[in-house]
Amino acid sequence: MDAQTLIARRVAKELHSGDLVNLGIGIPTLVTNYVPPDLKVFFQSENGLIGTGPIPEQGMAHPLLTDAGGRPISALPGASTFDSAMSFGLIRGGHVDVTVLGGLQVDQQGHLANWMIPGKMVPGMGGAMDLVSGSRRVIVAMQHAAKGKSKIVRECTLPLTSVRPIDLVVTDMAVIAFPDGSATLMETAPGVSIGEVVAATDAVLLLPDAIPEMTL
Amino acid sequence: MRAVSVVEAIAMIPTGASVMVGGFMGVGTPERLLDEVVRQRKGELTLISNDACVPGKGVGKLFDAALVARLTASHIGLNPKAQEQMLANQIAVDLIPQGTLVERIRAGGCGLGGVLTPTGVGTLVAEGKRQIEVEGRIFLLETALRAQFALLHAFLADGLGNLAYALTSRNFNPVMAMAADTVIVTAENIVPVGVIAPDHVVTPAPLVDYLITNE
Repeated sequence: MDAQTLIARRVAKELHSGDLVNLGIGIPTLVTNYVPPDLKVFFQSENGLIGTGPIPEQGMAHPLLTDAGGRPISALPGASTFDSAMSFGLIRGGHVDVTVLGGLQVDQQGHLANWMIPGKMVPGMGGAMDLVSGSRRVIVAMQHAAKGKSKIVRECTLPLTSVRPIDLVVTDMAVIAFPDGSATLMETAPGVSIGEVVAATDAVLLLPDAIPEMTL
Repeated sequence: MRAVSVVEAIAMIPTGASVMVGGFMGVGTPERLLDEVVRQRKGELTLISNDACVPGKGVGKLFDAALVARLTASHIGLNPKAQEQMLANQIAVDLIPQGTLVERIRAGGCGLGGVLTPTGVGTLVAEGKRQIEVEGRIFLLETALRAQFALLHAFLADGLGNLAYALTSRNFNPVMAMAADTVIVTAENIVPVGVIAPDHVVTPAPLVDYLITNE
């Protein structure tokens, strides 16, 4: 199993029936592929839709039905559409149960940086700051390291997305939560030892007595 | 509401005007109006839109033609031309969170001075802004945003100017319809008065100043 699939499958286990869920671009988008069909999750696309369905088959795309990246999507029976003020009212107002976002850095207090690299990449934050500030639960889905450097750091050096700490980060090596504001190793990926996670992590991790392996 | 041609409508916009454009990555954007802005070369624009779209599509055409002087948006990462112009200091860009952007426009259209939002507190976005504590929570004061013109796109318009939208092309359009001095609209279909049921009208007719006729 490749790293992205592993992360997406583990994140999918965090979703519950009835949840309103917003998925960011990249790895988070893959999560929909691993949600069991009997789980009734509402997916929001922040450009104005609840009830997003799969990517339409070739020739079936509707020009006025896209995701937040402008790519064609479908709407499931029971979907609803609304304007951007309503969409972000849902997000900021605490109506979104879970948001899953990509990350550039997460620090040991649970702060996320994911919207710019000064001098290099200044695309704009889009909806990320609202999603982290307002969603009930914030999950970051990202690789544990990039170019050999840990993305889970002692303190974010990149500009923060929000001062509100995230709840969970799922990587290809571990699941880390932030109870009481401290990074705590909750699970390891299949075949990865606790020692390997600690060695690959720049942040100081709290190690509870029992750290099970991820179930997928 | 007056029915006009695209040529007449865009001729009303002076160089240097502030213009809101509806749409999200080009979906729900009035392409015909933007083509005419480019043809009449209305430059030095202050553009307010969700994103910079991509080159060749939606508001991306305005960057292709170098008609934008200032941009307020939430995301420009998918338009390399807009990024180049920003990094070369040809355009001044104000990047703001999407929820803050739409709420500032909503405030502008609803007679409010601004909104208090938790989004951006403690980040770069908070620089230079007033922070206000309400019942123990810290908020940023984000001021209202208006423009001289709003260029919008609807799915249905009736002969009075009532508008209804389709699927994800609604996005910023109904919010911007409230927040500009002059509102100019294109629609996929122009239908007789009464076809859009009162419960299905999203933008009421008095908000629309000019509707482009579908020749």
